[in-house]
Amino acid sequence: MNDKRIRLAHGSGGKLSHDLVTGVMLPAFANAALNELHDGARINMPGVKLAFTTDSYVVKPLFFAGGNIGKLAVCGTVNDLAMCGADPHYLSAGFIIEEGFPVADLIRIVESMQAAASEAGVAIVTGDTKVVEKGAVDGIYINTAGIGAVIDGTGISPTRVRPGQDIILSGPVGNHAVAIMALRHGLVLPQTVTSDCAPLNGLVKELLSAVPDVAVLRDPTRGGLATTLNEIAQQAAVGILVEEAAIPVQPEVAAACDILGFDPLYLANEGKMIIFSQPQASERLLAILKGHKYGKEAGIIGKVTDSPAGQVGLRTLIGGIRLLDMPVADQLPRIC
Amino acid sequence: MCLAVPAKVIDIIDLLATVEVGGITRQISLMLLPDVTIGDFVLVHAGFAIQKVDQEEARRTTELLKELAGYAE
Amino acid sequence: MLNNRQETMRQAAAFFTGEIDRLITKPVRLMEVCGTHTVAIFRAGIRQLLPPQVELVSGPGCPVCVTPNDYLDTAVAYSRLPDVIITTFGDMLRVPGSASSLAAEKAAGSDIRIVYSPLESLDIAAAHPEKKIIFLAVGFETTAPLAAATVLEAERRGLANFYVLSAHKLVPPALSALLADREVRVDGFLLPGNVSAMIGEQPYCFLAEKYHLPGVIAGFDPLDILQSVYMLARQIHASTAIVENQYRRIVRHEGNPAARQVLTQVYETVDAAWRGMGVIPASGLGVNDRYRRFNALAALPLQVEKASEQAACRCGEVLRGIIKPADCLLFGKACVPEHPVGSCMVSVEGTCAAWYKYGAGKWQV
Repeated sequence: MNDKRIRLAHGSGGKLSHDLVTGVMLPAFANAALNELHDGARINMPGVKLAFTTDSYVVKPLFFAGGNIGKLAVCGTVNDLAMCGADPHYLSAGFIIEEGFPVADLIRIVESMQAAASEAGVAIVTGDTKVVEKGAVDGIYINTAGIGAVIDGTGISPTRVRPGQDIILSGPVGNHAVAIMALRHGLVLPQTVTSDCAPLNGLVKELLSAVPDVAVLRDPTRGGLATTLNEIAQQAAVGILVEEAAIPVQPEVAAACDILGFDPLYLANEGKMIIFSQPQASERLLAILKGHKYGKEAGIIGKVTDSPAGQVGLRTLIGGIRLLDMPVADQLPRIC
Repeated sequence: MCLAVPAKVIDIIDLLATVEVGGITRQISLMLLPDVTIGDFVLVHAGFAIQKVDQEEARRTTELLKELAGYAE
Repeated sequence: MLNNRQETMRQAAAFFTGEIDRLITKPVRLMEVCGTHTVAIFRAGIRQLLPPQVELVSGPGCPVCVTPNDYLDTAVAYSRLPDVIITTFGDMLRVPGSASSLAAEKAAGSDIRIVYSPLESLDIAAAHPEKKIIFLAVGFETTAPLAAATVLEAERRGLANFYVLSAHKLVPPALSALLADREVRVDGFLLPGNVSAMIGEQPYCFLAEKYHLPGVIAGFDPLDILQSVYMLARQIHASTAIVENQYRRIVRHEGNPAARQVLTQVYETVDAAWRGMGVIPASGLGVNDRYRRFNALAALPLQVEKASEQAACRCGEVLRGIIKPADCLLFGKACVPEHPVGSCMVSVEGTCAAWYKYGAGKWQV
């Protein structure tokens, strides 16, 4: 860690977040399960293979088109478990609430948490509430933790990524961040732009039942598609080449990005995933994705290459190839 | 810093216009481009219209690119 | 995988690059003087498509990058005053001054807010009558009229607590200074499209008349840029030197007179310091006497220690296109985007940041 104080950028999911994890957290906590730095940890208890994860939600505004902080808190944790190749079962929910917070808003939030939990087939079985003085938090923060059972026969890990594998993206990118950011900058969005916030565990279960040897699943949340691809390229020590033309972006989202100067490839998603798999399996995976409500616009966006190790290239619309780097810090505070 | 996008003017009240890009709307100022009517396309930079888009020229550019694409084979 | 439009784009790009290769027979250096072009060139991978004899170099086109340390030190000093709220475009936040940056001050408790439009400052001023709101007025001819209009609007709304700290710069005097420098070698210019939307074509005529250099006012789509390079190539091939306009759908010969009128109502031309280039005569804008009460420096005087520049940082040479970022010993080592030494590494439009981020052809199959 080079910095003496925590900056907002340390929470953005980019290089500085990585510095925080590797410079402060890992030296203190290092162990085999944590060191994998996946979305969740796979841990062995006598007789069961568990996946375990936790995440805190501080999004502002609390309510946005397509969801709210509660729905996000359930979907985010469910998806982190699903990306480990696990079937999520139980969640905990911790609430830190600012004095004076409207009870009606809290009820809306917990009701949508339950609705998301029901859709995902998980139960919120334990929880905690703390109330702090006015000004100590901004409205409400929620932490959820979750456990699930690793689906038999799967072994999702960047170490299984190989040159020649296909990279599949489940749908258009950037919606969640744009749904949240637009209002902060005075943009009025049409009703067609909503956060993509959704539980993906049902879809993941179908995919893994058909193709258990999928190499990697990952949901491109903070830092977006570009960051997630970079993480995998680095962890697997492979190159990645993706096609700009193949990456879907909703036209309204692209327009918002043009206005605000954002690159959709770096924007957070909360209901998308990328899949690394052998090309022979792509057709089956795509058929399942396209038949599911959360994967209708899925497609192959690129391939794993053997070099340059650790780097992601993007073939642009006019045919040039440029580096698609990890962001340092985005200008989008508190989008999840 | 000089990022700007073309947008369609859909409403005007005094020097405030509502513009639309890809279904997204925003209010912008016409202080720097007062001579605008509804239906015009304008270039928007940091909340201000800064120039009208010449639709005829825009069409010509698109036509030219199509024509040139034909030569590249 | 490609639809019709994408196929057309690739074919048109192939046409331009083929023609550029045919027309340019010996090495040339073409300079873009707009940070938005710098980013667009990298984002579209244009360098990788051009033939090796055509080198694109970035000039002093990123307004954040050319802002000297003493301006940032002044902004930092204002931000530390308890009754001040700073409003700024996001680019300025991480730019290092002599000893601090606005991002560091924000983390330490200063009230610094990012705005999309300078007008947002006025809503903040109206909501906080007990505070002084200072807008960091940075930018070229495209952006300066917006700050001027915001001052006029503040006057109309009767807001007594809004100020601008101006570091606006003008492009043509910088080009002039650049060409007077014998270290700088350029064979043609990609001229800034959105600056030209305001100032028109005429202010660039000296390029052709005095220096016999071609210039093309360029748009920002990848094909706009390739077509503009092609237009330069045609001029170079024919040994002509005129100012051409590729961005005709936006840029009129006369520019935007209404915007220039607003600008001259509030601002006057002043000598201005550019990072790495020194003071260039009549190359900046300061608030004129009539609007003095909106000028932070005049209305809220404060003492700021004399600025110091990083000795080893070679931003100045990068900004003049004399060296490439990789030629600076700090680049990618002591100076990286997460801990920038020079301003060229911090702004998203900075030449060093763009080279670092997009790797200038680093990705190869």
